[in-house]
Amino acid sequence: MCLSIPVRIVTIEGGFATVSFGENTYRASLQLLEGMKPGDYVLLHAGFAIQKLDRQEAEETLRLIDEMQDLSDGKSGSDQ
Amino acid sequence: MDISKEFRERGRVDILLRQIRQEATEKYIFMEVCGGHTTAIHSYGIPGLLPGSINLISGPGCPVCVTSESFLDHAIALSAMPGILVATFGDLLRVPGGGTSLEKEKAAGASIIVVYSINEALDLAAKNKDKMVVFLAIGFETTAPGTAAGVLDAGKRGLANFFILSAHKIMPPAMRAVVEGGTNVNGFICPGHVSAITGSGIYGFLPDDFGIGCVISGFEPVDILQSVLMLIRQVNRKDPGVEVQYTRAVRPEGNPKAMNIMKQVFKVSDQWWRGFGTIPGSGLQLKPEYEKSDAGKVFPAPPQRQPVESLCMCGSILRGTHTPADCPLFGTGCTPADPAGACMVSAEGACHAFHKYTMSL
Ligand code: SF4
Repeated sequence: MCLSIPVRIVTIEGGFATVSFGENTYRASLQLLEGMKPGDYVLLHAGFAIQKLDRQEAEETLRLIDEMQDLSDGKSGSDQ
Repeated sequence: MDISKEFRERGRVDILLRQIRQEATEKYIFMEVCGGHTTAIHSYGIPGLLPGSINLISGPGCPVCVTSESFLDHAIALSAMPGILVATFGDLLRVPGGGTSLEKEKAAGASIIVVYSINEALDLAAKNKDKMVVFLAIGFETTAPGTAAGVLDAGKRGLANFFILSAHKIMPPAMRAVVEGGTNVNGFICPGHVSAITGSGIYGFLPDDFGIGCVISGFEPVDILQSVLMLIRQVNRKDPGVEVQYTRAVRPEGNPKAMNIMKQVFKVSDQWWRGFGTIPGSGLQLKPEYEKSDAGKVFPAPPQRQPVESLCMCGSILRGTHTPADCPLFGTGCTPADPAGACMVSAEGACHAFHKYTMSL
């Protein structure tokens, strides 16, 4: 129910977007978001795009984790 | 590039697990509030990966699990009335109540149609002008804006034969109820998709009033483990706050457009939650100007019946005081194929997730 899946906007027409995930496409309402364009990733929930996914933020989150690896490689045993 | 895949990568899971093992110096009980997290945690086998000192328990964030029997009774009564089509999310179909369920009634010929979105229910109303279509509106802040948009759309499209029966709920009062109910939870994994709509401000009372930390988390294994690590650090530092791990979807202000539509159509009301009873200010009902679309007002509820006695412990599980393994019916008198309680029906229910991913090991 609270499941929302990340999908990519393919085309937009009349307040609805055709979105794709894996091999599937779906018609999603854009009523709850402003300024979406084809190529954007959004969260799809019960037929509505509810939020845009920010790729830069995603990369930043991943970078922080990857840095933990470098830290522990560099000075093992210390997490200060 | 599929962003989600990056958050499932084994290497990153290992980095986080190593860090968690290093930093987990105490005992920790973290509650994942959202049913989507419960499913993700069990499907990725996360409890088995974490050190034994970290206990993850489920909370009241599975919409189907917390829905009342009287709501289901009302929906079933409507489905038996001539001229009414009931449109519902599939998850509600199998919830047992009073010896029946929407699924059993549907098999016996009641007019119940499964939809994935309120937009399909609106199209049903447009195609069946001689019928009245009632959409069963359940879910939290993630789902309620869509319902609100649907109600506005019904007006714009002149669909006077479209109604909703609302059991919509909002999350913060239930989290307060968990804490006030006396829990030993020392951190919340907060619902990511609720927060994508509301923003991160709604949880401030947890650290401020109760000294309990919160991390708003995504749904992939790397997200969940990073959130666990962030909570461990909050506890170790004795510095509880509200942090966002799921920054790719959750902005501090949430989704203002969705919030505005929700506030335009709904007003806050009291709501009944399984496990808690009535929680003040925890529900959403249509404002007076939209009452003509309110099935709860237009089609009165059937008389309350005596609740059926049951050994089901779903209520205590939703409050975080028990786990599915404590229930005498778990796995014997209650299975996903033949559920005795709501927590075994929904894929997001703790009993269902526990059964599906633990019993098959
Ligand atoms: S196992 Fe079934 S009966 Fe027991 S608490 Fe869970 S849903 Fe209820």
